[in-house]
Amino acid sequence: MTSDSGSQGSAPRRIDSAGVVIALALAALAAVLVWDASQLQSNNPYGMGPHVMPVVIAVGLGILAIGNLVEALRGNLPARESADTKAVWLILGGLALLIAIIGLGGGFIPATTALFVATATAFGRRAILADLAIGFVMTTLIYVAFSRLLTLSLPAGPLERLF
Amino acid sequence: MDAFVALANGMAVAIQPMNMLYALIGVLLGTAVGVLPGIGPALTVALLLPVTYKLDPGGSLIMFAGIYYGGMYGGSTTAILINTPGESASMATALEGNKMAKAGRGGPALATAAIGSFVAGTIATIGLAFLAPWLVDFAVHFGPEDYFALMCVAFVTVSATFGSSPIRGLTSLFIGLTLGLVGIDKLTGQPRLAFGIPELLDGVEVTTLAVGLFAVGEALYVVSRRHHSEEKLEPVRGSLWMTKEDWQRSWKPWLRGTMFGFPIGALPAGGAEIPTFLSYSTEKRLSKHPEEFGKGAIEGVAGPEAANNASAAGTLVPLLTLGLPTSATAAMMLAGFQQYGLNPGPLLFAERPDLVWGLIASLFIANVMLLVLNLPLVGLWVKLLAIPQPWLYAGILVFATTGTIAAKPSVVELSMLAGFGVMGFLMRRFDFPIAPVVVGLILGPIAESQLRRAMSISLGDPMALLQSPMSATLLGIALIALVAPFVMQGLGRFKANED
Repeated sequence: MTSDSGSQGSAPRRIDSAGVVIALALAALAAVLVWDASQLQSNNPYGMGPHVMPVVIAVGLGILAIGNLVEALRGNLPARESADTKAVWLILGGLALLIAIIGLGGGFIPATTALFVATATAFGRRAILADLAIGFVMTTLIYVAFSRLLTLSLPAGPLERLF
Repeated sequence: MDAFVALANGMAVAIQPMNMLYALIGVLLGTAVGVLPGIGPALTVALLLPVTYKLDPGGSLIMFAGIYYGGMYGGSTTAILINTPGESASMATALEGNKMAKAGRGGPALATAAIGSFVAGTIATIGLAFLAPWLVDFAVHFGPEDYFALMCVAFVTVSATFGSSPIRGLTSLFIGLTLGLVGIDKLTGQPRLAFGIPELLDGVEVTTLAVGLFAVGEALYVVSRRHHSEEKLEPVRGSLWMTKEDWQRSWKPWLRGTMFGFPIGALPAGGAEIPTFLSYSTEKRLSKHPEEFGKGAIEGVAGPEAANNASAAGTLVPLLTLGLPTSATAAMMLAGFQQYGLNPGPLLFAERPDLVWGLIASLFIANVMLLVLNLPLVGLWVKLLAIPQPWLYAGILVFATTGTIAAKPSVVELSMLAGFGVMGFLMRRFDFPIAPVVVGLILGPIAESQLRRAMSISLGDPMALLQSPMSATLLGIALIALVAPFVMQGLGRFKANED
């Protein structure tokens, strides 16, 4: 995702390596589909077994992989602007932190506050303490609204049990 | 005559205070998300699905429809005041509307957009009310092979025919179809593409996919190019009211826009962009002031906005009568029906007329509410645009993950959300359309089950697909729609609609 942070697309008629990767990924997906379909038992004498649709879709993906490859080799992919990869990774880091906190039982409020701060920072804010406070208030309100008004339970950690 | 009676009964349902309240919440939310850049009606419905599954089905569906209509109104405000359309169907509006705002005529631009949306929405909803029973009578005779063929048409038109690249559109569709395979096969009970992960046995959750692609993907994309875009909010200057000349120049484009929007929306062709651009070019051709186009011609706002709203009503025709979604928002609404175990189609009209006609009737009410909300209160909505970008996107991501956490608080589900977010980012970066993925995930399993039903009736003879004249015709149309864009490579085509 980050291999093309230069303005590669501006030069037309060049092999687009990112496009080749996309084509390979599609071909790999098709192979996975065929392999998975081969694991299925088909004892359906009348009609169509569960393996038919995956194979049909795999064939389609295979053809599209070739189509995408041709486009990439011709350099026909749309031009792309340079990307701020650091900011993208910051948000992904926030998501990873959220998943970790939820997974470890840290609760909803700390998890979403972490994502809030990471995203705000990625968009150029440099006031982490203020954002922590804003995120905390906002996610606390969401937690209370969900548990009281909608009677939907969100994961509770030590903090949420206080409510 | 049936339509009148049914509509009157529907009106009785729609004016119940609770349903009016749902419609009001829907149009308020819809307008807000339409105004805000980065979130569209499809994402909003996706976010609300996990929250609403305990609520009354009729009320929630009325709310979802209000969001759809409201999103179309709100999008025009963003398009006119900051040249970056909130939703892609407002792109044509931005062309002239932003110029009008810069010239100090933002008020009349917003007014012609709102009144045009109201006129178009009302006419198109009448069209929906009269076309729907007729189509239902017709669809009653559909066999499974006909439904399968119809879905093939929708697959092709949504992904290939009208996109900027048929190959990329079809790639998106097939990724969606692949995701639709995941989970236990309903006929044989065997898991497909689950790789032994228990969470995958239930299949890919539509809301997880939509929220990942639309919210997380959009946030990643916007942050990746935050040094490229520059947004400038034009203040609303001058009177909000249209002059007599504005009215004279607006009413014909409204009606013509409706004539473009409704039929194209109602055909399983998907997308509001085609009719909006058709309307724009038509108005440019017919205008008595062609020299004003490009500098802020009111016709260029009135026509596309009407077309935009009319097509939103149009997409509800195949959705309600055939269960066929042709835009991302319609796909999310179908998921909303499915969440309550309801399947839109002829049967639903027979079994739950209160629900279907209540929904249709509430659209009239929603339109009136939107006109009131958008004309005098436009200043309030504009304030939403002043939310700083870091907090806006941080808030969007918090709400997006909250929906998933509330539905399934598992590490696997959240990882899938993040994964779909990365996928949405890459798809935006490489210009793959998003809507076909969502349509593929929702419609793929339905198409497969119709096909397998048809095959078991025919004892496995695939020729059955061609023996029904209906399905043979539809498959022929699908084939033509698939081949045509490759034949016409280079001819002007419009980008597929995302919402």
